[in-house]
Amino acid sequence: MRRISWFNATSLTLGFAFLYMPMVILVVYSFNESKLVTVWAGFSTKWYGELFRNEAFLDAAWVTIRVAVVSSTLATILGTAAAYVLVRGGRFFGKTLFSGMIYAPLVMPDVILGLSLLLLFIAVGLDRGMLTIILAHTTFSMCYVAVVVSSRLVSFDRSLEEAALDLGCTPFDAFRSVTLPIIAPAVISGWLLGFTLSLDDLVIASFTSGPSSTTLPIKIFSAVRLGVSPEINALSSILIGLVTIGVISFSITTKRAAVRRRLEENAT
Amino acid sequence: MADTTPMPHEGIFAPWDDPDAVPLIRFRNVTKRFGDFTAIDDLTLDIYEREFFALLGPSGCGKTTMMRMLAGFETPTEGVIEIGGRDMARVPPNQRPVNMMFQSYALFPHLSVYDNIAFGLKRSDMPKDQIADRVAEMLRLTRLEKFAKRKPHMISGGQRQRVALARSLAKAPKLLLLDEPLGALDKKLREETQFELMDIQEKTGTTFVIVTHDQEEAMTVATRVAVMDAGRIEQVDTPPAIYEGPKTVYVADFIGDVNLIEGTATKTGEHAYDVAYAAGRDPIKVSECMAEVADGSAVTFAIRPEKLLVTRERPEDRPNALEGTIIDIGYLGNLSTYHVELPGGQMVKATMTNASRISRRDFTWEDKVWVSFRASAGVVLTE
Amino acid sequence: MKRIALILLPYSWLVALFLVPFLIVIKISLSDIALAIPPYTPNLDLSAGWQGFKDFISQLDFDNFVFLTTDDLYWKAYLSSLRIAVVSTLITLLVAYPIAYGMARAPEEWRPTLMMLVILPFWSSFLIRVYSWKAILANEGLLNQLLIAIGVIDEPLLILNTPTAVYIGIVYTYLPFMVLPLYSTLEKLDASLLEAAEDLGCTRFQAFWLVTFPLSRNGIIAGCFLVFIPVMGEFVIPALLGGSQTLMIGKVLWEEFFSNRDWPVASAVAVILLALLVIPIVLFQRNEEKQREAEG
Repeated sequence: MRRISWFNATSLTLGFAFLYMPMVILVVYSFNESKLVTVWAGFSTKWYGELFRNEAFLDAAWVTIRVAVVSSTLATILGTAAAYVLVRGGRFFGKTLFSGMIYAPLVMPDVILGLSLLLLFIAVGLDRGMLTIILAHTTFSMCYVAVVVSSRLVSFDRSLEEAALDLGCTPFDAFRSVTLPIIAPAVISGWLLGFTLSLDDLVIASFTSGPSSTTLPIKIFSAVRLGVSPEINALSSILIGLVTIGVISFSITTKRAAVRRRLEENAT
Repeated sequence: MADTTPMPHEGIFAPWDDPDAVPLIRFRNVTKRFGDFTAIDDLTLDIYEREFFALLGPSGCGKTTMMRMLAGFETPTEGVIEIGGRDMARVPPNQRPVNMMFQSYALFPHLSVYDNIAFGLKRSDMPKDQIADRVAEMLRLTRLEKFAKRKPHMISGGQRQRVALARSLAKAPKLLLLDEPLGALDKKLREETQFELMDIQEKTGTTFVIVTHDQEEAMTVATRVAVMDAGRIEQVDTPPAIYEGPKTVYVADFIGDVNLIEGTATKTGEHAYDVAYAAGRDPIKVSECMAEVADGSAVTFAIRPEKLLVTRERPEDRPNALEGTIIDIGYLGNLSTYHVELPGGQMVKATMTNASRISRRDFTWEDKVWVSFRASAGVVLTE
Repeated sequence: MKRIALILLPYSWLVALFLVPFLIVIKISLSDIALAIPPYTPNLDLSAGWQGFKDFISQLDFDNFVFLTTDDLYWKAYLSSLRIAVVSTLITLLVAYPIAYGMARAPEEWRPTLMMLVILPFWSSFLIRVYSWKAILANEGLLNQLLIAIGVIDEPLLILNTPTAVYIGIVYTYLPFMVLPLYSTLEKLDASLLEAAEDLGCTRFQAFWLVTFPLSRNGIIAGCFLVFIPVMGEFVIPALLGGSQTLMIGKVLWEEFFSNRDWPVASAVAVILLALLVIPIVLFQRNEEKQREAEG
């Protein structure tokens, strides 16, 4: 095994410094005493305190979390069904259109998705609010879920399902007792992906939200448009911390599960 | 005809017996360590020009490391490697007069067969028109003219093997290294290709060093074979010398089938010994033994199965005859292998040609038979 | 029966919430502006039957598209988006390649961790990652403070609210999209190919240029599309870092909609943006399919 060359070591160090430095600075300055974010004036947690007294932010956060949970759950159900139909559904009328509709939202700019959904809600006379945001988020999240789950389904040995059918399962039983447990990691990552996409979305939410239902990204955006504020730094640090913990613990659990599975396979 | 080690004759290619010959490659006290693991242990070896030299051994014996050191992908931890009298320590792979045929062939998937073969020539200072001629020549040599425009994934495994060979030969290297060149081919194709390789080696006059774990392959193609184990060379010799005169138990066992009988040696004359292997039995009489063995020392007597004769009656003309019972018969078509149990539980294997059809076979299971051999048929090993 | 239900559920959802809205955008882009809410005419009056449909068609026109060509704001915005997308895609490629290469050459036990380090920012908020540059690039920001402190410059550089800031923001936020496809092709590259190239007389650099680079082509193409396509419609980065100087079509669309409330023009802008993106999207899909076939 050749040791890592100085060139590769340098490019990795610089690359990861570039990726992480801005976020580190952001977190560091969230503990800044001064209101000026660019001048260090001593350690303080006062902006976190301010943040938790800011009703508008707390309300927006609550709306965002509810939207994210509901839309990612709906998206997981619809997306898993879509993936199953796509990979195992055989031929049916309009399958090309169907797969096109799954892939298109992944590459379509948010502004277009947001605009088109807003025009739809107005055309059918649906008042904008949490419901419309949920509908919008479910639509694009389900496409991500479908892609993640279908890539797992493609690599999945079909004969396992056939064995279940052969042993007397109904197709639904076979799906529930064989397919679902095997694709479960993909379904869970699909849900997590939908959840974070929904938490993160500014553009589509801006188009589809009403005055009574502002989400956190909308709130953050209107605040940071005006300039940098330590309160936003504090909020961002909390979000970065939560995501980091979430991603790391998820990857550790899946890794553990993989190791355990390998050990069990070796043991038998 | 006596079973003796063939001696080199005048006019036969054997530079290793010529004290004046200058070797092309010299390994001098070469050691290679990867961390705590010693891959090559204080190894000294000469390889001569125009040789077809085989490094033979099980996986992990260090043979691939030796080849990679010749190509320049690894540097020795200690010792010197010389090619053509020049120390190779500071010469990078791209400046060595050495080319390598990789085990995976390592054909560039984005280039055609033609461009793969021309790849090395384009790195040299050869003029463009000569490159085309040279590639055409290589295509002819390897019978690939029809496939010049194809990409590697559009040709068969055997053709890919020939492209890899053509590519590594195109620059007319002083030395060609072949890493398990036939490993990916099926048995029949492998046998054909072995003769093709020998033919090409003879035509081009290039020195070939081949790494293989297949002893039949090494025996077929090589002028000399080095048997390796755990980073050391056990023996370097011509194929017949290795087969008929192994110097260690490891070599005897690794090359072909062998019966090993442990015993105690007693000197009985010039190059002649008696090996006592069981109490109350006649000792085995051995003649033409090249090794010097002290009286009473523990030795292993090694004899190849095809040197044994199985008969119902004790033959008169053979000095060694052991009585036993047939336990198992393996029918291989041209040959049959008899597993004979001697009194005391020692098993020996004897191979005999099936000169007549199976219905007329003489022996069957549980038959009492005599296993006999000449005094010169086996060797006495001290290690 | 169950199978039909399973197909119909996601299918009808996508038709209702993706296809129909999209058709509405096209229809509105062909309608006239009116000051009422909804601010456009005509409506398809289904009760009038076939005559109603004919009336509806006859009232559609390309005025909004004609309008886009008369006001040079729009085509300038398209051109500027295109230029920013192309340039920033190339910069991202140049930044990402050494990182992906280093990852692929790193010891095997490091690689999952390195992968995770690349993916982690992708999971954390896009908005926050763009925002984090505001404090760095501002006139009195940390970058200028640093440069002045080490004596490279005397006056603070004007970076925030310029196209430079937009480029930095794009390269930063889209870097993982470029690194991951590059890494996955570079990691699959057989090391013996490079040894073969060196064996045949290449220097390390030639071996890279003649073997590694051409063989990572699929990763390069995939990465470039993954950056180029979303950047074309980008709104957040120019809005937060670009100031008023940077013209990008996503921002124009947003302002046309929220500030001018001219929905038909906004829809026409969207339709043209999508038309521009259809070609790269189709090329991207084809590249992916080709790659899948080559692997399968």
